[in-house]
Amino acid sequence: MAAWLGWVIESNWTDPFLFAVYSIVKPISGAAILVIMYGIISQGNYDNALFPYIYLGNAFYIYVGAVMTGVSWAVVDDREHYKTLKYMYIAPIYIPLYLLGRGVARFITGSIAVFITLAAGILFLNVKINFAEVDWLLFFVTLILGVVMLALLGLLLAGITLTVARHEGFIGEATAGALYIFSGAVFPLDVLPEWIRPIGYFMPTTYWLELLRRSLVGNVAQAFPTLASFSNLEILGILFGLSLFFGTISIWVFKICDARARELGLIDRTTNY
Amino acid sequence: MSATLAIETKDLGRIYKLRGNKKEARKELVALEGVNLTVERGELFGLLGPNGAGKTTLIKILTTLLSPTSGWARVAGADVNTEPDAVRPRINMVSGGESSGYGLLTVRENLWMFSQFYGVPSKEANERIEALLEMVGMKDRMHTKSSDLSTGLRQKMNIVRGFLTQPEVLFLDEPTLGLDVGAMRDVRKFILDWLKADKERTLLLTTHYMMEAEELCDRVAIINKGRVLACDKPSVLKHRLQKDALFEIEVSPLNGLTQQMLVDQPEVTKAAVTETETGAKLSLSLVEESALARVINLFTQKDVKVMNLTKRQPTLEDVFVDLVGRSMAEEEQHGQPEA
Repeated sequence: MAAWLGWVIESNWTDPFLFAVYSIVKPISGAAILVIMYGIISQGNYDNALFPYIYLGNAFYIYVGAVMTGVSWAVVDDREHYKTLKYMYIAPIYIPLYLLGRGVARFITGSIAVFITLAAGILFLNVKINFAEVDWLLFFVTLILGVVMLALLGLLLAGITLTVARHEGFIGEATAGALYIFSGAVFPLDVLPEWIRPIGYFMPTTYWLELLRRSLVGNVAQAFPTLASFSNLEILGILFGLSLFFGTISIWVFKICDARARELGLIDRTTNY
Repeated sequence: MSATLAIETKDLGRIYKLRGNKKEARKELVALEGVNLTVERGELFGLLGPNGAGKTTLIKILTTLLSPTSGWARVAGADVNTEPDAVRPRINMVSGGESSGYGLLTVRENLWMFSQFYGVPSKEANERIEALLEMVGMKDRMHTKSSDLSTGLRQKMNIVRGFLTQPEVLFLDEPTLGLDVGAMRDVRKFILDWLKADKERTLLLTTHYMMEAEELCDRVAIINKGRVLACDKPSVLKHRLQKDALFEIEVSPLNGLTQQMLVDQPEVTKAAVTETETGAKLSLSLVEESALARVINLFTQKDVKVMNLTKRQPTLEDVFVDLVGRSMAEEEQHGQPEA
């Protein structure tokens, strides 16, 4: 039900041109900028392993913002815009499940953007993926696990969103932006100063992106020393463990924030959105 | 808790901590204090008070949206703070004066979606939606997107949303706020019809419209500044004032005559003054009818002309003035904002 509602809201493209700009042109432009920058720096060496590393990391990173924000934004949307959050709260539903459902729509629109970005990369931007060698099982297992992990992180942000004023709309995007640096999305963690790398090693998104690359382009993705010593199965295990850890933390934080919001009377607060 | 009680509160209190600027200490706003109420099953219970009295805060606590800071409350037999999951399937709420709802969905879709959250079978939900929309005169708008509805119609849609799940206890927070006279009448009739259909249904209604409380409620609690000042049947509350003679007097501009001057007269027990375009409207409670002559004499001294004079039966407004010392309108001007 929540997913259906989310889809109705997300798919309300009253202006198809704007939708096309947002969902198609924006991710492709972002990817194209990276390609051009890479081309200038590498003097057109697109055969280097760094190129698919950057391109695929950037493409799949779309999910991080889309899914996390999709879940947390539902709080802002229902509380401030539609003014229905209080009615959801007094209904006999499990609110975290409702919010996760609302995030499904953003996952779908995010998937469209990821697909278009990948297709554009393969067709026009010199990204080489040999489909005969793709490890589809690893790809889909990793994708699903990662999306669940991101949705649970979105729940954590939704909890924080419940308890803060005014800037709640930017929490998802801001978190996604911060994680971009530490997740090895467009450069290997080895590039970061040594003292800051542990943050990246602690982020499930680091292992998720690494596995997605490995499943699509195989050992090219293993050309960087950061995680080269780990097998696919080991990285999958780390990803699962970290997802479990962050998922548990997220549910715990949400419960605390939920109780806090009830204490402070924030469930139906509006801030002139 | 008795099995016949739909709502019970004991020493219920709520204090809000207000943020000031960084240099000042946090202030506290007492929104509710020591509220003790019992509402029987099948009752239409009214909470009557000015804006800022604490009515909405009480409803928020009873509907599990807000934690109390002291005391406890039970709804349908379950504690709202410690057993919210047991309370929620048995209640629903409608807040008036707001146009909540998903504008992208049609009226039917909005209502159907909420019915599904309460586990109403889809076919039954659609039948109920059709019947309820018929009752509020909105059946022809069933497939209209709610963003295309007027404010009044959106409010009616929300009222239907509250009734759709057939809750044991329904909370209506100022349901007719902002509606035109015709829509108000429709909603009041709808409420009474809904209650008549099942004697076990309980409804708690907050309002600051005296007539609404008098017309609808079996019992009324008069609430002001977070405290319940009186609670009884409207007729019993009004009977307290039967000993007094009540007059409504429309006069020319007051020329310095103040409410205090009126109250200072030994025969005047209560006085409320409302400024009007042409002068003022006075609501006076006198110890005996003959005291009116001395009040008129006071008017003459101040060169205040009487334009209209009516003797009337006491209303809940008079009860409020008797309890608080001034009218609800005056209290709203001087009282605290609604938390």
